[in-house]
Amino acid sequence: MSESPVLLEITDLRASVADQEILCGVNLTVRAGEIHAVMGRNGSGKSTLSKVIAGHPSYTITGGSVRFRGQDIAELAPEERSRAGVFLGFQYPVEIPGVSNLEFLRVSTNARRQAQDLEELDTFSFEEHLQQRLELVQMDPSFLERSLNEGFSGGEKKRNEILQMALLEPVLAILDETDSGLDIDALRIVAEGVNHLAGPDNATLLITHYQRLLDSITPQFVHVMAHGRILRTGGPELALELERRGYDWVDAEAGVTSRSPEVLA
Amino acid sequence: MSATPPVNALDAPVASSNVSDLVSQPYRYGFVTDIETEKIAKGLSEEVVRLISAKKKEPQFLLDFRLRAFRQWQRMAEPDWAALGYPPIDYQDIVYYAAPKQEQKKASLDEVDPKLLETFDKLGIPLSEQKRLSNVAVDAVFDSVSIATTYKEQLAEHGVIFCSFSEAVEEHPELIERYLGSVVPIADNYFAALNSAVFSDGSFVFIPKGVTCPMDLSTYFRINSGDTGQFERTLIVAEEGASVSYLEGCTAPMFDTNQLHAAVVELVALDDASIKYSTVQNWYAGDENGKGGIYNFVTKRGICKGARSHISWTQVETGSAITWKYPSCVLAGADSVGEFYSVALTNNCQQADTGTKMVHVGPRSRSTIVSKGISAGRSANSYRGLVQMGAKAIGARNYSQCDSMLIGDQAAANTYPYIRSQQPQATVEHEASTCRISEDQLFYLQSRGIAFEEAVSMMVSGFCRDVFNQLPLEFAAEADKLLALKLEGSVG
Repeated sequence: MSESPVLLEITDLRASVADQEILCGVNLTVRAGEIHAVMGRNGSGKSTLSKVIAGHPSYTITGGSVRFRGQDIAELAPEERSRAGVFLGFQYPVEIPGVSNLEFLRVSTNARRQAQDLEELDTFSFEEHLQQRLELVQMDPSFLERSLNEGFSGGEKKRNEILQMALLEPVLAILDETDSGLDIDALRIVAEGVNHLAGPDNATLLITHYQRLLDSITPQFVHVMAHGRILRTGGPELALELERRGYDWVDAEAGVTSRSPEVLA
Repeated sequence: MSATPPVNALDAPVASSNVSDLVSQPYRYGFVTDIETEKIAKGLSEEVVRLISAKKKEPQFLLDFRLRAFRQWQRMAEPDWAALGYPPIDYQDIVYYAAPKQEQKKASLDEVDPKLLETFDKLGIPLSEQKRLSNVAVDAVFDSVSIATTYKEQLAEHGVIFCSFSEAVEEHPELIERYLGSVVPIADNYFAALNSAVFSDGSFVFIPKGVTCPMDLSTYFRINSGDTGQFERTLIVAEEGASVSYLEGCTAPMFDTNQLHAAVVELVALDDASIKYSTVQNWYAGDENGKGGIYNFVTKRGICKGARSHISWTQVETGSAITWKYPSCVLAGADSVGEFYSVALTNNCQQADTGTKMVHVGPRSRSTIVSKGISAGRSANSYRGLVQMGAKAIGARNYSQCDSMLIGDQAAANTYPYIRSQQPQATVEHEASTCRISEDQLFYLQSRGIAFEEAVSMMVSGFCRDVFNQLPLEFAAEADKLLALKLEGSVG
């Protein structure tokens, strides 16, 4: 496993939003073929980590680096990261009225295909291309005619995210709390989608604070994040331990208290 | 339905530095054609009105019309109720008639000054036989005169009259006398009175009873002179059961002074007639500091005179320093239908106060208003609309939807709906919303490989879709491109 190429290498990453430091030195290495889970309480910085990797403009990198396939991506625009193969599945996908879901999917797929030196798909061939991926997420084609995410239920939005992931064929897929707000059936569909798309050449980073998703997607690595740092890394058994014991013991063993994370510098 | 909630306070506004880059796109039609022009001296007086009429060898009724209008105008004051701010206009500092020097109107295009043909070529409106648009007849107006009208003979075979206004005065004076000022009376408003006194040219369309016009008709207005006002007059009459689709386009060179454009458009629809009037307005808007640009003070009104008649206005307003324009419908006929679909984009220092009036007179008359205002830069964009239900408008209905989109954090959007009803059995619905393109929406699209500019353009064009769908096909694509162009630019 360790022979496979490194896809994501995060070194001592620090990032802030509105002058408040949220990431305080994150280190993480993800190789091809791996599935990682980043767990932690609300506010531990795990969602921020995903947004910083994807290039959200509200966050400023104040130190350290994010390298994707060896390239520092800090200066790349979000669209360039996407075209290079970074995918962020959002916790709360925004609604974009007036923009047709179908048209959006086609434009974004073609943007990625162009970067991969693949032929652009016209309206007709795109619909064919789309068909089998729709089946993967069991999505009704009527969603394609609607405005992007507008009026979609929580589960529909998440399935639409997995559909996008299936179309963009990312090298690194980051799924931010993809399991939140899903019922059992939607969770199964999403998990099946993720498992189906995971392969030896790509990697998945699951951001979650429940064990639930990890019953259906088994990560090789589980990281516990708190106070803007990864405090502990283990195998799948760590997730089960967290489920049983909560997060406090991780803080305690790392010598951090939840009240004053900054004390330990 | 009730009004949708206002801007979500949690949505961070788009970083304004990006947006200001995005919206500072150069104007592509800003060139001046170097051509010898016949101009009269600056200033407005009864003599000037008489001179314009004499130059055009007009019949007495038209001179009388002009003089009545001029005297009326002298007694009127410029309106100040619109949410617009501009220094006082010196009406004596404007040239009221300018025409490219050429002998009379040319019998064939071959005799038209090639510079003029070239100008329209550059504007994407080729007039020559070989190149002209295949399914649209075009009347090309340059400063105060009409240069050429294509497909006139073919249209005449169907009994359709499509010519310059001056030509119509010569050849169909009875129609002009009958309909001119019948929809917009000379005393209607300050700018309409001014136009009635000094109008120079424009287009005339007459669709006889039962005829469906075989092709779209179009007038392209070009202001070329720097100190000249353009006062064109358009009159479209559709007789019983007739129908026509008419398009209007406009551009002007970039000058650092303001030019006045005060047009009047009148539409008359008799029983079962239908007129669809579409405008893509791209007058020069001034520079990013608000210097120069066209003052667009336009009166457009149609009367649905006959039962079941139908008038539809579609406008895409992207240019002009100032827009003051309310394309309206008087729904006199029973079961008549009026529609107003509008996209108004303002940027930099542009100001727009635009909307419509739907005056319901006839029973069961129906009207629809869909207005989309987009404000970027430091611009101000106001929707102002009147829906009036007269005492006899039993069972009349109106539906209005006014949506505003803000780009950046320095633009303003206002909505001023006026509703007057004297008829308890009439229905008026008004729906309004305001949205801002949020950083999270842009990030979402960007994180799917769509570049910032394209993301903005996708959202803007999605916002305008309901209106663009009303445009004739070839115009819809143009409008989409135009908006993208206006919002496109180098992103730092």
